[in-house]
Amino acid sequence: MAGLSNLTLHETADRLARGECTSEDLVRDLVAAIEQRDGKVGAYVWVNVEDALARAREADAARLGGDRRPLLGIPLAVKDVLNVKDQPCACGSRILKGYVSPYDATAIARLREQGAVFLGRTNMDEFAMGSTTENSALGVTRNPWDLARVPGGSSGGSAAAVAAGEALAALGTDTGGSVRQPASFCGCVGLKPSYGRVSRFGLTAYASSLDQIGPMTRDVRDAAMLLQAMAGRDPRDSSSVEIPVPDYSASLRNDLNGMKLGLPREYFIAGTDPEVERAVRAAVEQCRALGAEFVEISLPHTPYAIATYYVVATAEASANLARFDGVRYGARVEGEDPIDMYGKTRAAGFGREVKRRIILGTYVLSSGYYDAYYLRAQKVRTLIRGDFEKAFAGCDAILTPVVPTPAYRIGEKADDPLQMYLGDIFTVTANLAGICGLSVPCGFAGAGLPVGLQILGPAFKEENILRVGYAYEQSTEWHLRKPNLES
Amino acid sequence: MKYLPTIGLEIHVQLKTRSKIFCGCPNEPGGEPNTHVCPVCLGYPGTLPNVNGEAIRLTVLTGLMIGCRINPYSKFDRKNYFYPDMPKNYQISQYDKPLCLGGSVEIEVEGRKKAVGITRIHLEEDVGKSMHFGSSSGVDFNRAGAPLMEIVTEPDIETPEEAQAFLLALRQILLYGGVSDCNLEQGNLRCDVNCSVRPEGQSELGTKIEIKNMNTFKGVFHALKHELPRQEEVLRSGGAIRQETRRWDDEKGVTEAMRSKEYAHDYRYFPEPDLMPVVLPPETVEQWRATLPELPAKRRDRLVTEYGLPDYDAGVLVADKAVADFFEETARASGNPKAASNWVMTDVLRCLGEKQTELKDAKLTSVSLAGLIRLVDQKVINVPTARELFSELFEKGGDPTELVKTKGLAQVSDTGALEAYADEAIAENPGPVADYRAGKKPALQFLVGQIMKKSRGKANPRMVQELLQRKLGGA
Ligand SMILES: [Zn+2]
Repeated sequence: MAGLSNLTLHETADRLARGECTSEDLVRDLVAAIEQRDGKVGAYVWVNVEDALARAREADAARLGGDRRPLLGIPLAVKDVLNVKDQPCACGSRILKGYVSPYDATAIARLREQGAVFLGRTNMDEFAMGSTTENSALGVTRNPWDLARVPGGSSGGSAAAVAAGEALAALGTDTGGSVRQPASFCGCVGLKPSYGRVSRFGLTAYASSLDQIGPMTRDVRDAAMLLQAMAGRDPRDSSSVEIPVPDYSASLRNDLNGMKLGLPREYFIAGTDPEVERAVRAAVEQCRALGAEFVEISLPHTPYAIATYYVVATAEASANLARFDGVRYGARVEGEDPIDMYGKTRAAGFGREVKRRIILGTYVLSSGYYDAYYLRAQKVRTLIRGDFEKAFAGCDAILTPVVPTPAYRIGEKADDPLQMYLGDIFTVTANLAGICGLSVPCGFAGAGLPVGLQILGPAFKEENILRVGYAYEQSTEWHLRKPNLES
Repeated sequence: MKYLPTIGLEIHVQLKTRSKIFCGCPNEPGGEPNTHVCPVCLGYPGTLPNVNGEAIRLTVLTGLMIGCRINPYSKFDRKNYFYPDMPKNYQISQYDKPLCLGGSVEIEVEGRKKAVGITRIHLEEDVGKSMHFGSSSGVDFNRAGAPLMEIVTEPDIETPEEAQAFLLALRQILLYGGVSDCNLEQGNLRCDVNCSVRPEGQSELGTKIEIKNMNTFKGVFHALKHELPRQEEVLRSGGAIRQETRRWDDEKGVTEAMRSKEYAHDYRYFPEPDLMPVVLPPETVEQWRATLPELPAKRRDRLVTEYGLPDYDAGVLVADKAVADFFEETARASGNPKAASNWVMTDVLRCLGEKQTELKDAKLTSVSLAGLIRLVDQKVINVPTARELFSELFEKGGDPTELVKTKGLAQVSDTGALEAYADEAIAENPGPVADYRAGKKPALQFLVGQIMKKSRGKANPRMVQELLQRKLGGA
């Protein structure tokens, strides 16, 4: 039953409900697609065919018994940073070699309750630190639209799997753009929920005050569907909030009448690829045609966002990654004494970028430097949050590019971390402010590389950005294009 | 030249909560290694802490008992350092916004009363225990994540005796509040000692030495008895004290410097992003305040006025909350507080001491002791019989009324039986009878003794005396 692997989740759910296919068919089609293409793409680091087939058959039996759960028997790909019980969770790192997770992340447990099947784990930058997935110790992932280019990162494997037809949908995590940027590079939809909307319990932390789990899908309706299943307060995550979860699919409409959208002048700047800017400007016009009203806004502290992000994120990371010491789990290199063992284990286990960020984070927290770096960064963070609060007083959502450029060539930025960090300029602000953001395909740059439109919304107003994204997407065909991987 | 010591203490108290501070594991240190653990307290990737509200309540309760200000807004911070017994290689603690600030504990040394100031009380998680077996090492994480309350004193303590008195007073308060079991052998209470000496007349404090990880009060006392003269000696001989951390060697009876590597840390504290700040509305604090137990000093005053006990007796009874509770229950149930306090202060405390046990483990209950007192008051048994019965009640428990019945220990107050004993005794002892009649009063006691012997101790002595006086006509 070929072709199932290119469906959306909601199409799949409809077919399953009508009995036109089974979950087992779905898993078999996806496994065939993975076998055929993943040698080129490298999206997955681990697939459990037998387990997925067994669970698919269970789901098929349950469906015959009248089970109507929306995600029943639907296979999903999961970024290697999220804990799924009895699956490895290496986070793209050598240091977690051999680690098998003893528990389900809350988001995973909620999807499981809805019947989802977890087919495999996708590649990522080590501990989610990077924008290209090149910082993975587990192999190279290529952009399905151009195999010489990166898929973006850090959720590059998830984006590549969805774009290459190797997954119907996937989960990623977004700390500074790690869902939205690879979605943009690979031509899929990526949603970063507001901080506190989806429980972080079970998400191996990079930067605790910035991390969020988000869906990566073929269309906006699918993103709404997965968010619906994952969102809501979790007593095991103190940072998750009590705010009620609305019915997201009810917010999806074909027009933007009555919507006021903001265009921040700081996000339309020199240095942005002209083709990217052209695609985003065209998307703005399309939204205007759909009934949206536009206002120019200012987010004046944007120039400080990258520096702020790299201080806050690395400070938190330096503590979060301290637990990887070889004592309780993962890889270990023996030493003379425990401290020597730590040093050797961590020297061998972590890659360059992770070490760079741990050292940076340790430095900004050090006695004598704390006030100048960490404390100041927190103050700037408050100002950035204030920028958005002011802006959202006058608009329902904000439109910007996701990344200043289309996907980089593999190796292009590997030796220039600063240049790479600057690529996060349009995405890190949403994490610093705790607001939500969506990336939807809005065109292609010259060589056939996807370009994404970023839609930012106020905290806990995911329905706003889903509505804008849906109306825009449904009036265009960018999201329907597929890369050619047959040659 | 005279040297003045300055001492401050940091006391770590394991709180008596059912579960650990950030996960649902039982808070029961000990047991088979690594049996009370879960992904959270083992610091597994992706896990998050979730604060146990009871740990916060117990810390605030402690603060209220010693007069602290309760911070309406406090927060948790990460204290970063690498050590094998630390699952995350950072400890969740409180840095600049602890739960409680200020307060004091009153102590009395050689009749002199003094208040020792409290700087702060904060809450943190305990770490695991490293274990070494020959060539290899292991870590037991059962204790990791146990709720730990750290109480920091002002440098108000001036002698080893005061330090010990402070620890005893603090322990008494913690026990009264039900905050901790304060079991020293199990490490429920651990103490770091900061001390320095300075020449008399100098206001600036001397260089501080820290003695780490003391777990007995006697240890603190002896360590200070050794360390303070050591510092004086260094200064006297023209040397200088270097700021350092030392360890008390109980067997050798000396303090020794620890390798500097073991304590030179930049902890890089920063706010714990996984936990929200602790906001305590005044209503909550007032609600908790309303549940405060009566503290020892107050209770002593009340025992004096309410039960008419001497000051000293009241002091002995309140020293241990369990003993004071036991006394009050007995006093109320028996209706004879004086007798209750006599029994508790003498027999009960003696037996507890002899058996090295605590009231909660003893078979004796306040109900049975009250029953015993009532039997004496109602003249069903006499005092020597009651003493005998007490030993049995203490060891085996039981109902005193039942015991009196089954053992046939009731006093003989039956006039007929007593008269028969009296007549026999008078007939058998003409000498003493004649003496008594001749005015030698003590002879009567001899005759009473004879009757007691005949009744095997069960005769009511007062009735016997009256009977003899009547029969011999010497009343
Ligand atoms: Zn636990």
